Amino acid sequence: MWMYDKKLEYPIKISRPDPRMANLIITQYGGPDGELAASLRYLSQRFSMITPQAKATLNDIGTEELAHLEMVGTMVKQLTKDASLEEIKKSGMAAYYVDHDRGVYPVSAAGVPFTAAYIQSKGDPRTDLYENMAAEQKARSTYEYLINMADDPDVIAPLKFLREREIVHFQRFGESLRYVQEYLGNKKKFSMGSLGKTGAKK
Amino acid sequence: MNRDQLLQRITALDFYIIDIHLYLNTHPDDCDAVNKYNAMVMEVNALREEYVRLYGMLGMNSSTSGCSWQWIDNPWPWQYEFNFELAGDDK
Repeated sequence: MWMYDKKLEYPIKISRPDPRMANLIITQYGGPDGELAASLRYLSQRFSMITPQAKATLNDIGTEELAHLEMVGTMVKQLTKDASLEEIKKSGMAAYYVDHDRGVYPVSAAGVPFTAAYIQSKGDPRTDLYENMAAEQKARSTYEYLINMADDPDVIAPLKFLREREIVHFQRFGESLRYVQEYLGNKKKFSMGSLGKTGAKK
Repeated sequence: MNRDQLLQRITALDFYIIDIHLYLNTHPDDCDAVNKYNAMVMEVNALREEYVRLYGMLGMNSSTSGCSWQWIDNPWPWQYEFNFELAGDDK
């Protein structure tokens, strides 16, 4: 279960409205390499994890991603709150505005609504951990591209924080993968749950 | 400490705890890290109690409330007013 803590993981205090930037940052809310996808991916995959280290890692990183989702939503909220219609018209956020006004909705920067097709849960812990390492790298790249598009230090600081977390998570998934491989390497057969019964040869 | 200073200290300690927690998941035999983790948790718990007493609820189901019910009090974490300003090198 989860309990809400009434604060952010990292503070967000943006005073200058910037709908252009909001319309880009929203991609880390509901885009292909965003925090919603990350959280849903790890919290779903944890059910098929093996080894105590990998179970804890998936559970806890999946939880931290929810805090990152909240940070990204907060950035979009603060960047648009006092944006005028004139600013929105000129900013590239007009298409988003006609569907959502200044509401926070999970879409990519290109306006594609969130889909669970962004993620996998493959039942094989090795496969999932490789996906997760790649996912952390993709999110790191996205944060770097967002930082390249930003000029306000109040926006850049939380983006840099989030980028750094992708690097730490990549490291922890890599360590978890080693534990899983070591564990499976010591067994003659790879059989977990129904995989064994359906005659997987590994 | 005023409200913002207290919240900043709690946020910093909680981040330390999150990070060392993830580290310990894959390094469970690092007892120095476990000791650091325990010390940080005890320190932040004391600060959280002080925050709740002075400024309102923080953890759902782990903070007590005055009357009237304080959970619903503004501001919420996504609001500009809730957050503290990071200065200089902290940014």
